[in-house]
Amino acid sequence: MTPTRRRAALSAVVAALLALFAAACGSSDEEAATAAPESGQTSSKAEAAVATYRDYLEENADLLVVETKPFVAAVVAGNLAEAKSLYAPPRIPYERIEPVADTFGSLDPRIDARENDVAAGEFEGFHRIEKALWEEGTTQGMAPVAEQLQKDVEALAAKVKTVDPRAVDVANGAVALLGEVSASKITGEEERYSHIDLVDFEANVEGSEAAFEAVKPLLDETDPELSGEIEAHFKMVFAALEPYRRGNGFVSYTELTPADTRRLAQAIDTLAEELSQVPAAIAPAEES
Amino acid sequence: MISRRRLLASAGVGAAAVGLGGGGLLAGHRLAEASEGGTGIVPFYGDHQAGIGTPAQDRLHFATFDLLTEDPAELRELLRSWTVAAAEASAGEMVGNVNEVPLAPPDDTGETVGLLPSSLTVTFGFGPSLFEKPGLGLAGKRPAVLQQLPPLPADELDPAQSGGDLCVQACADDPQVAFHAVRNLARIGRGLVAMRWSQLGFGRTSTTSRSQDTPRNLMGMKDGTANIRAEDSEAMDRFVWVGREGPAWMRGGSYLVARRIRMLLEVWDRAPLQDQERTIGRHKYSGAPLDGRDEFEPLPLEAERNGHPLIPRDAHVRLASARENGGARILRRGYSFTDGVDESLGELEAGLFFISFQRDPEQFVAIQRRLGSMDALNEYIKHVGSALFAVPRGAQPGGYVGEALFS
Repeated sequence: MTPTRRRAALSAVVAALLALFAAACGSSDEEAATAAPESGQTSSKAEAAVATYRDYLEENADLLVVETKPFVAAVVAGNLAEAKSLYAPPRIPYERIEPVADTFGSLDPRIDARENDVAAGEFEGFHRIEKALWEEGTTQGMAPVAEQLQKDVEALAAKVKTVDPRAVDVANGAVALLGEVSASKITGEEERYSHIDLVDFEANVEGSEAAFEAVKPLLDETDPELSGEIEAHFKMVFAALEPYRRGNGFVSYTELTPADTRRLAQAIDTLAEELSQVPAAIAPAEES
Repeated sequence: MISRRRLLASAGVGAAAVGLGGGGLLAGHRLAEASEGGTGIVPFYGDHQAGIGTPAQDRLHFATFDLLTEDPAELRELLRSWTVAAAEASAGEMVGNVNEVPLAPPDDTGETVGLLPSSLTVTFGFGPSLFEKPGLGLAGKRPAVLQQLPPLPADELDPAQSGGDLCVQACADDPQVAFHAVRNLARIGRGLVAMRWSQLGFGRTSTTSRSQDTPRNLMGMKDGTANIRAEDSEAMDRFVWVGREGPAWMRGGSYLVARRIRMLLEVWDRAPLQDQERTIGRHKYSGAPLDGRDEFEPLPLEAERNGHPLIPRDAHVRLASARENGGARILRRGYSFTDGVDESLGELEAGLFFISFQRDPEQFVAIQRRLGSMDALNEYIKHVGSALFAVPRGAQPGGYVGEALFS
């Protein structure tokens, strides 16, 4: 607590001093003239950052629709084993862009709610089918749920493509994706029947990295040191996941010991703490 | 009467102690020493149990118990003994009357000797499961509204930190005094009850009196700005105290909801200030509504900016406000807690031990249904424990808490 309070107090002092300094010196036209072209450059960098991230959103929205189709087909056909094997692929693009999906009111709960997130009778989407496949061991009764899911992901994909964020929103999204990991993946609550939580974990981190990479050119300008630290910490998190990789997926969450989850959670917290400084750090580059 | 303070000052005070009354498993009841230090004593006896409408103290020890007997006579004796001991501890006296017999373990465990009464309040409640024990024969006395809380959206409940046949809420300005009360009640009840779970709270997060400043919760936000104040007797009667709608033994009582709310503090701490403020709907430092200056300004729920509500639709204060809940209000009396480290995450095991009192549990259920499904705060919290208790009306000297349940 104390260092944080002190940091806040210090930065207030610095701000006050700067204001005093500016007031004492006045701002010469010369200074304003040299500042202007620079700000023009950064603004186009901000636009480029947003464009890069929008491409990523679009790509994953399309992938979500494409990967959901064979899964839905297997469920409708009543092919339990195939449905189980096709459950993870559509989860990946969804988890990569989750904070954006989250903003569309009722669509997100219809697609991704967990049983206890919603009122009884409103439980549908991926996790309703997940429960049927793994816990109930059947596809019975799931055909309409699967067909609705396909419609919902298509509606979501269309909406995702209309999103027009600012660069700071993209940076905030990178932090929010790691919040998703901390809140529900590392605890095994997200995929509580299939236990593929580490698949979601990696997808959240990939989405976070993509958002970070999009705004990185802005950060390289304002705080290259922070930028370097974050890149290193992303590598650290992916490296921490490696021991658990099996084939094109991961070990079941149930195989993780408290020491395993603790190591992963700490890696995420370290990265997220650094990442949370990005929005404020790039704001000057975006606004000017 | 053995005052804990005076015991220190003079030796052999036990011989001079005058026991008043008698009966019960252990000791006779003793009258409070109102003159002790002049301050810091909240009367135990009264129309309402203390610890609801009395000013919230800084520390909490809350415990629930499983009843091990189905003999109603034993339950009555337990409640009688608990009442006597709670009254003694509240008055700053030692519990029991065998405290200076060399060959006997003292009745009182002793850790509060020399400590002030510290405004201790001890509040007892009965869980729905108490009324489901056939041997007790209480089914006919069960209030219709005393049912297990229904599953609520976003619950992640741990059964080991939920429920209980009986509860004890001990609040004091000194944590050792609160601990002492629960410890001694558990000891008195040994063989009849087993502690199911307990929670220490280290800082009050609500204001229940106009004489108190609004405290901050672990998110650094002022909590309970719009809480009911005990001085508002009209609101207390309307929203907190059970009236004629309840069975006779509950009139003047209330329903206690306890929710162990784990805060994902690591996630919260990395949210930008403006996101934190929009999540709650208030400014972090002043506690004022967004765009406001004063903590106690009314919430501008109708105000818009650029076509969007000034207080976001999913802001906590909006969804929890009386206006958005058909006028329903509850009395909050929660505490911050930490239980060290979550060993599987290496993160702080901390949050809010939410306690609310209401005339009907449905007041809480309706509010939490909305919060659980829509609150922006859900990104940062998890409800991991839950319990509901009927808190009977207060006892009078010579009587005991819950006595009317058996008449």
